[in-house]
Amino acid sequence: MITARNGRIAFRNARLLDPATGMDIKGGLLVENGRIADIGPRLFNDAEPRDPEVIDCRGLVLAPGLIDCRVFTGEPGAEHRESLESASAAAAVGGVTSMIVMPNTDPVIDEPSLVDFILRRAQATAKVRVLPCAALTKGMAGETMTEIGLLKEAGAIAFTDGDRSVANARVLRRALAYAATFEALVISHAEDPELVKGASATEGEFATRLGLPAAPALAEAMMVERDIRLVELTGARLHFGQISTRASLDVIAAAKARGLPVTCGVAAHHLTLNELDVGAYYTFRKVSPPLRSEADRAAMAEGVASGVIDVIVSSHEPQGADTKRQPFATAAAGTVGLETLLPAALSLVHDGRATLSHVLKTMTATPARLFGIPGGTLAKGAPADLILLDPDEPIVVDAEKLHSRARNTAFDGRRFFGKVRATFVGGVQVFDAR
Amino acid sequence: MTSPATAPILPSKHLLGIDGLSPLHVIALLDLAETYVVQGRALDKKTALLRGRTLINLFFESSTRTQSSFELAGKRLGADVMNMSVKTSSVSKGETLLDTASTLNAMRPDILVVRHQDAGAAELLSRKLDCSVINAGDGAHEHPTQALLDALTIRRHRGSFEGLVVAICGDVLHSRVARSNLRLLSMMGARVRLVAPRTLLPCEADRFGVEIYTDMKQGLAGADIVMMLRLQLERMAGAFVPSTREYFRFYGLDREKLAHAKPGALVMHPGPMNRGVEIASDIADDVQISLISEQVEMGVALRMAILDALARGMS
Repeated sequence: MITARNGRIAFRNARLLDPATGMDIKGGLLVENGRIADIGPRLFNDAEPRDPEVIDCRGLVLAPGLIDCRVFTGEPGAEHRESLESASAAAAVGGVTSMIVMPNTDPVIDEPSLVDFILRRAQATAKVRVLPCAALTKGMAGETMTEIGLLKEAGAIAFTDGDRSVANARVLRRALAYAATFEALVISHAEDPELVKGASATEGEFATRLGLPAAPALAEAMMVERDIRLVELTGARLHFGQISTRASLDVIAAAKARGLPVTCGVAAHHLTLNELDVGAYYTFRKVSPPLRSEADRAAMAEGVASGVIDVIVSSHEPQGADTKRQPFATAAAGTVGLETLLPAALSLVHDGRATLSHVLKTMTATPARLFGIPGGTLAKGAPADLILLDPDEPIVVDAEKLHSRARNTAFDGRRFFGKVRATFVGGVQVFDAR
Repeated sequence: MTSPATAPILPSKHLLGIDGLSPLHVIALLDLAETYVVQGRALDKKTALLRGRTLINLFFESSTRTQSSFELAGKRLGADVMNMSVKTSSVSKGETLLDTASTLNAMRPDILVVRHQDAGAAELLSRKLDCSVINAGDGAHEHPTQALLDALTIRRHRGSFEGLVVAICGDVLHSRVARSNLRLLSMMGARVRLVAPRTLLPCEADRFGVEIYTDMKQGLAGADIVMMLRLQLERMAGAFVPSTREYFRFYGLDREKLAHAKPGALVMHPGPMNRGVEIASDIADDVQISLISEQVEMGVALRMAILDALARGMS
């Protein structure tokens, strides 16, 4: 690990990749006092900066640090599964320099003082930036809206009931209208709660053969459609945290074409796994929404490539042996993902479906714009949240070697390409594997 | 001010809303009300103008100030005043209203003042009864006497309405006071703004020709008059706004927000107030800027003028 003397780091011989502008050139980058001070192809050619720490990138990609828009931790309330600190350790290894954390904790983040708690705990313990979402309804019970104005002032970056849908359309209508008053971003989880109750797989031949309780995939698209109608009524900005079916993709594409302020994300596992990967009741691949058909998975990849899907997220959801070592239908849903987000997403690049810059943009510049946060770019003056990346290095995911406290990865044994070699947050190195 | 006692001032034998009045009607009413302000401040406040006439206050919703204001107005003009408070069963509202109407009609009142929780109730009664009907508030539709007394109060302080910037703030969605006021003030040439979170703004409110603001500081910028609305208790607990503390922080009138209005801006409230919810106590009680007590006094005078005006058409 390097420590920047005088707050200066000089990156030399880098492949500078800025997804915000599409820049992809060889050159150098200078960090000063936690920010990007200079960047360019001939930087350091004429004059060395005074007394910097020098990093020779040897042609590796230097890109903005990743922003993961959907991270669950166990803090407060279930720190034995994952704390902000342990999640941030995994984030640093995965190149994630900003984690947007969900309010599904115990207690639920629905009070300004709890937003403040998360920010203070993160400040004290986390290696990477932590941006808290607050609940959209009190206790995430879907009944009464939270204090969106006060929560936003306290630092809540968006409003969501996390992995729960607001079933009551009247409640959601009012919450969206109220959020629009404060120009607050609302994140929706689209799954009809009654249709998916008790289900652990997607309805279809495979679930039928396994005898698993299953829900139809359209449980997602019908909520996406409802929510979009309410966006049209209220003028609120709405982001779908993760979609997983072609039907949802088509509805969102149509809404975007009509100019509605709607965006969406996809989880890395819905890009790379399908329902068959559940295999012999492999509970680490039980996720919410459940893995879909191969046609839907392929549609997700297509959606990222076409730009209808705005962001790729990890949906990092820590679970313990107690909740995962259960019969499939009883086991908890969720996979950790902070360390596998980037290599899983890069499979789109290695499959020839999208450029490296395009895929990185879904985890840097685009989330920065959606959530109104600085970073996600190599522009001068931006925070020096950076990753050094070898996009072609082959890796094998090993659950035992993950850095998060929870190791319930859906990708154990999976081969990907792409390894983060170093991670910097505000000019401070938080991970080094050069 | 001293129009002949026989000339009609109002266009109809009823006063159901601001809709239907013209600026000339309003000015005539306000002028007449001025004479009753003088009368109300005299030692002998009573005349015999309505002697022998019967006024019935029929209130389906509880009210303190509107009902007592009409009662006092009627008594000062010499009428016999009867107050009826009716508890309705929600199941048979319509039926009860029409039954009540025919019962009342048989008592041969001359003027019926009615308040009802349903929009259109005064209109319905006016078609069923032989007497004059005054709407004292129907649902979220109209409360014309409140708007007229507010206009009287404003005119006494500002002289005219032309170009005056009036910000109506708070629960516009459920407010008949807001609807009557924006109709009246717009008609009289004032520039009306509505200031509220989107949950408390009616759909397509901009079609009234008013400006809409969701940020109170922007909405108050340059305002001559700040008119606060009452937030009903049952609307505070999460349905329309998340909490009273959040409401006060963003939409309650305090010194900081009022500082954005024009220097010398005046504050009004139809009452009853929720202190610390829509208005800070130190503003409500500041006689330099708060017209709230004066609104009550003007209410009696204005209602006397309306009773007078309706009586002229009765002979």
